[in-house]
Amino acid sequence: MTDKTATTTEATDTDTAGTDTAGADTVGIDEARNDAAGADAAGAETATGTGEAGPGDGAVGGDDVLVTVEDLKVHFPIKRGIVLERTAGYVYAVDGVDLTIRRGETYGLVGESGCGKTTLGRGLLRLVEPTGGRIVFDDTDVSTLKGETLRKSRRRMQMIFQDPLSSLDPRQSVESILVEGMRAHGLDSGKEATRARLVELLDSVGLPESALHKYPHEFSGGQRQRIGIARALAVEPDLIVADEPVSALDVSVQAQVLNLLEELQQRLGLTYLVIAHDLAVVRHISDRIGVMYLGSLVEEASSDEMYAEPMHPYTKALLSAVPVPDPTVEDEREQILLTGDLPSPANPPTGCRFHTRCPWKQDTLCDTNRPELRDVGGGHRVACHYAEDILAGRISRHEVEPELVHPDA
Amino acid sequence: MALLDVRDLSVVFKRKGTRPFTAVDGVSFSVEPGQTVGLVGESGSGKSVTSLAIMGLLPKRGAEVGGSVTFSGTELLTLSDKQLRDRRGRDLGMVFQDPLSSLNPVITIGLQITEVLERHRGMSRKEARVEAAELLDRVGLPDPGRRIDEYPHQLSGGMRQRVLIAIALACRPKLLIADEPTTALDVTIQAQILSLLSELVSETDTALIMITHDLGVVAGLCDDVNVMYGGRIVERAQRHDLFDRSRHPYTHGLLQSIPRLDAPRGEPLTPIRGSVSDNIEWEQGCAFAPRCPNATDVCWSDPPELKADDGRMLRCHNPVAIGDAVTEGAL
Ligand SMILES: Nc1ncnc2c1ncn2[C@@H]1O[C@H](COP(=O)(O)OP(=O)(O)O)[C@@H](O)[C@H]1O
Ligand SMILES: Nc1ncnc2c1ncn2[C@@H]1O[C@H](COP(=O)(O)OP(=O)(O)O)[C@@H](O)[C@H]1O
Ligand code: SF4
Ligand code: SF4
Ligand SMILES: [Mg+2]
Ligand SMILES: [Mg+2]
Repeated sequence: MTDKTATTTEATDTDTAGTDTAGADTVGIDEARNDAAGADAAGAETATGTGEAGPGDGAVGGDDVLVTVEDLKVHFPIKRGIVLERTAGYVYAVDGVDLTIRRGETYGLVGESGCGKTTLGRGLLRLVEPTGGRIVFDDTDVSTLKGETLRKSRRRMQMIFQDPLSSLDPRQSVESILVEGMRAHGLDSGKEATRARLVELLDSVGLPESALHKYPHEFSGGQRQRIGIARALAVEPDLIVADEPVSALDVSVQAQVLNLLEELQQRLGLTYLVIAHDLAVVRHISDRIGVMYLGSLVEEASSDEMYAEPMHPYTKALLSAVPVPDPTVEDEREQILLTGDLPSPANPPTGCRFHTRCPWKQDTLCDTNRPELRDVGGGHRVACHYAEDILAGRISRHEVEPELVHPDA
Repeated sequence: MALLDVRDLSVVFKRKGTRPFTAVDGVSFSVEPGQTVGLVGESGSGKSVTSLAIMGLLPKRGAEVGGSVTFSGTELLTLSDKQLRDRRGRDLGMVFQDPLSSLNPVITIGLQITEVLERHRGMSRKEARVEAAELLDRVGLPDPGRRIDEYPHQLSGGMRQRVLIAIALACRPKLLIADEPTTALDVTIQAQILSLLSELVSETDTALIMITHDLGVVAGLCDDVNVMYGGRIVERAQRHDLFDRSRHPYTHGLLQSIPRLDAPRGEPLTPIRGSVSDNIEWEQGCAFAPRCPNATDVCWSDPPELKADDGRMLRCHNPVAIGDAVTEGAL
């Protein structure tokens, strides 16, 4: 199932490592767009017209929490039957995620395609309705917000998408793309101030003023991603969820966008949730990293710690699989090759969801009890019954009989 | 004698009403038996067109192929369609990025392999079926005896790529061309496929041309690496020389701009400015000049030639100084 979606995206022949669920992303954009466009500007908020940092400024790196996600679940019903549609089961896309994001930090979310990263990001922003759980944003429980209050809260949480071309309306000029969100949130306070703000926005993402009257197709991929970033910044958000922000871009251009994101964060005090399948990208940009497997977090640690001492068997395998552009490192890289296919999120394994592929799986607990994500010290969290034993070398790796999964199962 | 010798290969696409477009220009490289050669470069740099030209798979109309491609001494570019098909079946195998579109959706995977075995290795249906199951086993498809009767859509992407490799290997080719074979796959599946490929080529002494945009993939796999930009090779070296000391400003720029897993958090990246579309024609000067930090006047007016320098081939007027060329590595 996951590999199928990946292949569909590749049909666009972008020659990049971007292999994510484009279809799902497009849905999100339309929702976001309709939300912004359909709203009549209820100008309760006052536009400052400046690019100054939001209220979170100055707290960078502290323990001040901006977002708390508790036991978040997003289950998609599987419909069968044409005339009499019935629910034949659920895709457990996100199935019990707990995490916190501190003000001013970058939280990186990694995992292979289909593990639920995008759905988690969209659920957090309520672009998709969570099946269960709670989302607290800056001390407000946003999971229960409705209508106008929900709409207003969205100003502070914005999203950047993988494919800038499909997330930007081709018929809208850059000016109208940027003004749309500002208007929806009552931030366009007169022609001159708005104009100044637009120029400032473009400047902050490294585009010239002349870009305002151009259309998305007139730009290169990297420039389009800059427009997407400017659109997010236009409403002065606190949190930006960036879903695969560089995976559709050429390698030589990825660094431009990564550097821009970092620079904007420092200048504006932004908080980021960066979602990516590329571990090197996530490791580079994130303060803390969460690793997802089949709808839940299996490990969470600081970026450097995750690299230096991965504890969950899946994280170990994932890190060991990443090629490094250095032959000396490559010649010595010890790989933990996984066997078999990724199980379907519609039919996840019992107990530890990784047990069907885990080279450290034990006869007790693994296939019966679902391990909790627990703190093993210093904020390093792991969901594995045997994390300490594996770390201490008390149990060792063994062969795994590969299990295949029917992609449509 | 080299197994494959590509000399001055060029491909020009001509379509009515548009200007001719040179996708590949003056590309030369050779592959020895058992050797793994990399072609790296970003999208649009001409990697796939190069491989399609070698295989004779470009459309006859609209694509003008020049230069020469000799395989074990035989010129491939002048062969008839039938002779080429024979060659492809017997000596040359190919694995593409998207396994689903290279497999026939309505034929079982077993039949797709036995067809090749019957046609090119003269096996009977019965022999072919036994051999097909063996091949599937060798590429790591679990339970091949049962899987052999399944259709491509019944397998995951990683398993389909294994099937494609089995088909490519069915006729025991001397040369395998893999064009972004893992780009559509997740990284743990990529690791499986790459380790399978390198195991198979070393066991059978098959030569491999590995085409990828991922410098990490070539660093571990290839003996020789060709870096392409705008349809031309700009640097060629043995992998250690290339990565330890990249001399072409483009290669060097790429290595400085990609995040490495083993670099500490916060290690700055140095991007290459502009994008691939900021280029000038190679006829006029260096196509990389608009993006190159080393560009001088000569770069805009004189096309650089590919020349031997510092134990490698370089196409550059002002290569990165040896002292600066050492790429900042891990800690
Ligand atoms: N709107 C949807 N309806 C049904 N299933 C969905 C929908 N969106 C995503 N999924 C499924 O949920 C799982 C997680 O998808 P996603 O969050 O896109 O993963 P990732 O971003 O990690 O690749 C996948 O199996 C995907 O097919
Ligand atoms: N059949 C074709 N007709 C016209 N142009 C083509 C054709 N195939 C490829 N090209 C162009 O040739 C260039 C090189 O393409 P390709 O070899 O596919 O690049 P890559 O390095 O990404 O594999 C690109 O600019 C591409 O658009
Ligand atoms: S709980 Fe068991 S199966 Fe799961 S990761 Fe730990 S050892 Fe492996
Ligand atoms: S020839 Fe000039 S422009 Fe081209 S890569 Fe070398 S220094 Fe740069
Ligand atoms: Mg996604
Ligand atoms: Mg290609």
